[in-house]
Amino acid sequence: MALIDLSKREIHCKIVYYGPGRCGKTTNLLYIYNAMQSNVRGKLLTIETKGDRTLFFDLLPIHLGKVQGFNIRIQLYTVPGQTIYEATRRLVLKGVDGLVFVADSLRVRRAKNIESMEDLKKNLRTYNLDIKDLPIVLQYNKRDLVKSPIPTLSVEELNQDLNQELKTVAFEACATQGIGVFETLKEISKRTIKYVTAKNLLGASRISMKSNHMARP
Amino acid sequence: MGDLILNTPILEQTKSEIDSALIDAGVTAVLLIDSAGNIIASCGDRSQEIDTTALAALAAANFGATSQIAKLIGEEDFSLLFHKGKKENIHFARIGNDLILITIFNDEVSLGLVRLRISQLSETIKKLFEEKESGS
Ligand SMILES: Nc1nc2c(ncn2[C@@H]2O[C@H](COP(=O)(O)OP(=O)(O)OP(=O)(O)O)[C@@H](O)[C@H]2O)c(=O)[nH]1
Ligand SMILES: [Mg+2]
Repeated sequence: MALIDLSKREIHCKIVYYGPGRCGKTTNLLYIYNAMQSNVRGKLLTIETKGDRTLFFDLLPIHLGKVQGFNIRIQLYTVPGQTIYEATRRLVLKGVDGLVFVADSLRVRRAKNIESMEDLKKNLRTYNLDIKDLPIVLQYNKRDLVKSPIPTLSVEELNQDLNQELKTVAFEACATQGIGVFETLKEISKRTIKYVTAKNLLGASRISMKSNHMARP
Repeated sequence: MGDLILNTPILEQTKSEIDSALIDAGVTAVLLIDSAGNIIASCGDRSQEIDTTALAALAAANFGATSQIAKLIGEEDFSLLFHKGKKENIHFARIGNDLILITIFNDEVSLGLVRLRISQLSETIKKLFEEKESGS
């Protein structure tokens, strides 16, 4: 549920990073927070349990410059991936405008990735949303481990498990090093803004994302 | 849940209603947010100092969590929440399905007065936003 403020000419949208526990959602936000200039991003709010597992959500507000005369403000949220926090994930999804599904490339997490995708679909349905109607991009994280001895999933396998129906764009990433993080963010932002403006007939069919805040430092 | 499109007249009117109901009564900050955590209006001097973005996100999630708790114990919903601190108090009131009014005040204002004003203001805001819906 985007907020469009015609008096300040601002659009506020909510993008949620979803995915199984430990797949790297919080790491994505941390990287974005550290890489963006402080004038275009707000404070990073994280609510963690002891250790580094997300308990409620993380929130990073960012400012993406102007599109069609509107200032674009995006709130990036992460959900707690651990299975037991299902109710919390549903709360965070309330009013979502765009989704990033972060999958874990570790082979041992294969079932968890699939379970999390099913959980996402189910939770969206409680808000009468169909996953196919919302902007969504996939991120296959931890690709750095492909070169390690630890068993990992191939991109083909990940596509088969998670992208058969969606047929959306999937980015390979290593969030700890920032690889693929901004590519993912840029794509989902573009799609989300397009979706929100088109839905509300703000005449932004010719949208171009020239925002230079998004350049990698 | 549709997107919320706000224009200058409704925003100005909302703010002036908040000012006259609460800020003039001595309340230090008032935020009107939607249930996704977006800020619709912020009033009062204190609202400049507080991290309102984080407050809005937490309040929306907190309210969501509380309504789940309500369901678990067989209560329909808690329409308001109140936290009392040593110096500062915070009051959350749900308005309709999609709006939450957050009021921050200290002990110089009486809780009774604040509550009364909030309940009147809630009605006013509800009407304003309902008219907007049907008008557009
Ligand atoms: N090797 C490697 N490790 C990563 C990568 N991304 C994240 N990690 C590590 O994975 C662990 C979990 O990352 P988080 O970002 O906290 O995971 P999360 O998805 O937020 O987990 P929850 O909050 O429990 O849902 C951390 O130790 C990260 O350093 C990556 O690309 N490669
Ligand atoms: Mg996390």
